[in-house]
Amino acid sequence: MGEEKVKVEIEIPKNLYEKVKEKYEDAGFKDLNEFILFLLEQVVGETEEQVFSPEEEEKVKERLRSLGYID
Amino acid sequence: MIPRPHGGRLVDRVVKGKRREYLLEEASELPGLSISYERGVDLMDIAYGVFSPLEGFLVQNDYLNVLYDMRLTNDLPWTIPIILDVDPDEISGVKEGDDIALRYNGRVIAVMKIEEIYGWDKREYAKQVYKTVDPNHPGVRKVFEKKELLIGGPIDLLGEIDYPVKNRVLWPIETRVLFREKNWKTIVAFQTRNVPHRGHEYVQKAALTFVDGLLIHPLIGWKKPGDYRDEVIFKAYEVLVEHYYPKNVVVLAGLLMNMQYAGPREAIHHAIVRKNFGCTHIIIGRDHAGVGDYYGPYEAWEIFDQFPDLGITPLFIREAFYCRKCNALVNEKICPHPEEYRVRISGTKLREMLRRGEIPPEYMMRPEVAKTIIEHRDPFVE
Repeated sequence: MGEEKVKVEIEIPKNLYEKVKEKYEDAGFKDLNEFILFLLEQVVGETEEQVFSPEEEEKVKERLRSLGYID
Repeated sequence: MIPRPHGGRLVDRVVKGKRREYLLEEASELPGLSISYERGVDLMDIAYGVFSPLEGFLVQNDYLNVLYDMRLTNDLPWTIPIILDVDPDEISGVKEGDDIALRYNGRVIAVMKIEEIYGWDKREYAKQVYKTVDPNHPGVRKVFEKKELLIGGPIDLLGEIDYPVKNRVLWPIETRVLFREKNWKTIVAFQTRNVPHRGHEYVQKAALTFVDGLLIHPLIGWKKPGDYRDEVIFKAYEVLVEHYYPKNVVVLAGLLMNMQYAGPREAIHHAIVRKNFGCTHIIIGRDHAGVGDYYGPYEAWEIFDQFPDLGITPLFIREAFYCRKCNALVNEKICPHPEEYRVRISGTKLREMLRRGEIPPEYMMRPEVAKTIIEHRDPFVE
């Protein structure tokens, strides 16, 4: 099952829309939706920290402690 | 925030526990391939996520894409092909789809699923990656020494190669957890293969002014005669950090990775790798990863224009020199005085002085650092 989606409406300046339209067609995206999702993922998704399992993290901390990197 | 790894996920191909035992047993029945120390280093970098998103050695489409477009086939920036070369007789009887055992010093350290076996053009590789086919270039020389075929496919790491200063090497998952523990949101990486002089300190502190933490990341492993030993580099940095850096702003950790001397392409590679370690910024020096005069002094800066989607910010900081008129360490952007006032900090000159047991002037190297190097029984690789 895919991730839940929401529909939002946003207003953007007409000339910006024209530029975006031109860009997504040139870049080979299927539609505008796909292109906007890609851009949002680039900006927001890239800065989201990866989460490790607690077990994995504890092991790492143990080594960091033994090497004197953390108390 | 700490950036996501390149491609979104930190690769982990290190096999542990029961599965490792099972695969090791199975590997004893598989056709084997002996690999060099350098390919062993690549294997570990793949398995521990240093080269995320790579899960193995490149297959042909990715190889060609990296060679000509500096991107993987999924369009992610990638500039240095990570390849495994073989002689046809080493893999006789092996076909695409088979598993092989990769051995180092007779010991199985990984298994690999061979997805593709393909030919390659070494000259073209040299031309694209190093921008020269001159065999005097250390990277080109190594390419010409490689074998005739390449094999691509995912690997699973079952053992490790031996490498120096093991207790100072951290892997990406470890630095990521460490940065979070330190509550650092922005981290700048500094790549080095040398002991620190005042010019390095200047550049690091200039960058540190804008971020939460500094990762001093010496490349360890293969050295040429005359280079400083890895343990000397670490000791020298420890002394510098202890005496001249505020508490809790520096992490000093080794990076096990091969040096390519590929100049601009390698600058991008270094940036991608540091993004995987959780860094938000990287210091890119003049002629970063260059050798001789194969690359223009600022080519390693200019190439970043082609990668707006890298996910890590390069900091282009000019190298420092001492200006007698300014009476300070400065760089060419902030010093108006002519060359006659400028004293360049030469690594070669420093090395000669230290070899003779002389403490260099303080504007070149901190006395505590120089003393630590001199007191080391054997600071240079013979």
